[in-house]
Amino acid sequence: MKPAELCGLTMHEACDLLEKREISATELTDAVLERIQAIEPRIDAYITVTGREARRQARAADNAIRAGNAGPLAGIPVAVKDLICTKEIATTCASKMLEAFVPPYNASVMEKLNNSGAVMVGKLNMDEFAMGSSTENSGFKITRNPWDLSRIPGGSSGGSAAAVAADMCLGALGSDTGGSIRQPASHCGVVGLKPTYGRVSRYGLVAFASSLDQIGPITKDVTDAAILLSAIAGRDPRDSTSVDRPVPDYRAALSTDISNLTFGIPAEYRDAEGMDPQVSSAVEAAVRTLTDAGAKCVDISLPHTEHAVAAYYLIAPAEASSNLARYDGVKYGYRNPEAGGLKQMYNRTRSEGFGAEVKRRILLGTYALSAGYYDAYYKKASQIRTLIQRDFAAAFTRCDIILAPTAPTPAFQIGEKVDDPLQMYLSDIFTLSANLAGIPGLSVPCGFARGDLPVGLQMMGNHFAEADLLKAAYAFEQAAGINGKKPEIAEVPA
Amino acid sequence: MKITKQEVQHVAELARLEIDEADVDKFARTLADILEHAESLSRVDTADVPSTAHAVEISNAFRQDVVAKHLENEDALGNAPESEAGSFVVPKVIE
Repeated sequence: MKPAELCGLTMHEACDLLEKREISATELTDAVLERIQAIEPRIDAYITVTGREARRQARAADNAIRAGNAGPLAGIPVAVKDLICTKEIATTCASKMLEAFVPPYNASVMEKLNNSGAVMVGKLNMDEFAMGSSTENSGFKITRNPWDLSRIPGGSSGGSAAAVAADMCLGALGSDTGGSIRQPASHCGVVGLKPTYGRVSRYGLVAFASSLDQIGPITKDVTDAAILLSAIAGRDPRDSTSVDRPVPDYRAALSTDISNLTFGIPAEYRDAEGMDPQVSSAVEAAVRTLTDAGAKCVDISLPHTEHAVAAYYLIAPAEASSNLARYDGVKYGYRNPEAGGLKQMYNRTRSEGFGAEVKRRILLGTYALSAGYYDAYYKKASQIRTLIQRDFAAAFTRCDIILAPTAPTPAFQIGEKVDDPLQMYLSDIFTLSANLAGIPGLSVPCGFARGDLPVGLQMMGNHFAEADLLKAAYAFEQAAGINGKKPEIAEVPA
Repeated sequence: MKITKQEVQHVAELARLEIDEADVDKFARTLADILEHAESLSRVDTADVPSTAHAVEISNAFRQDVVAKHLENEDALGNAPESEAGSFVVPKVIE
């Protein structure tokens, strides 16, 4: 196979070829590393490329495959968002604060990937501390959307989605606190899955908002998402919020027979503010595709949708302001070297180490938690969170899966929303609710707007209904037949 | 909704951040925008609604209290800006 064909493989295609020994892990890894070298200057998806270590892992995978004791992902080149701790490999969170941070341990998901035989080719760019919807808040670089280099890849897992879309890895891990897996997957034309809260261990995931964060796969197709989720899910004693439930073989659950699933279409999402008409028509066409494939669709209501953005942007910053208190220049990370006393050291370290959006969220969260405002903001938002959960619980008595757009518009221009944080926040309208309710959500490509800009269809399921979600997405993917279209990556605009 | 410069500086002080004079206005304006949007929450009647802090039902997660292998002292200090004699070093606390 030619290097370009190797890079274009899905994970499951590569697994089959590796198992039959038609290709080797070493040649596959070399092809991906060469692809990264060639394309990276145009996309800027990676913060760190771990070529030498990847080649070593690839050789080990080849040996294991020859010996017949290879793990399920042996030899598959994957990359992870740079907020997942990797032992002896820098983990920066795209922040100056952690520019020199080298974790002394692996996150649980990294241990699981390593045990499955996967080859880690690098660490991916993101919005600083996962705060953003465009990856423009990275402290290091701006990632470009492979479908249109003048546009954002989405965020905060923008590097993950762009790298998968541009064949710079076969699959990736991202994290999703308010849409940070699903929205970039939608903008880059790939599949992204945020699991149920507690499905995947957060041990070793640098915390943003602990009651909302989940790690999940970003992949080229639904089958790969199922494989990667099976590899990382499960109870972990080191994360006491991870839930002790058996992990099904998600791939075995995939089927095109969705006649037993009922799909709900929320009225409130139809006339949401700022909806792009071409996104609406792509999603409507997707609903027809599902109906034609045998799905039952019903109208449902999620009456508190209009309050989701406000509730989220009080709860998430409140949790962030508390979580990010740990960056104090003492245990790890940046320290201002000149400060005189302890307090000055704290103030200068944090002011120089954090970027503007991180500071804004710390200020917002501190405000919402501060004396005199706690009841009106944080407590109120936590009560609204209950109402949003109840909306979903009621909806899931009538349907199995909720259909929605992933994002109200296709990828926007780099720079378009940087000066207007509220507009940026409002672009998360369809994804935030799943995090507030703790339910799983998946984005699957469903078409294009304005020529070549991918649009994602979002599916949300009840707690721990990932198998149904993946089955529905697989059936849609097979029926829609749009999978496999690749971006033509242009030269960098001058 | 209006956030004054003094409020921004007060919250920044609580969060141990220093905000440049040039940036205070910008933060005040964007925070006001966001909080104004959040005003819509006050219209929702939540009198009898409990708060949710955790989305999935789990009870207390207990474990056996046994000695296990954890980070070595040297590894725990490996990323510290300054350390000495197995401890983190901080600037003088009492002037």
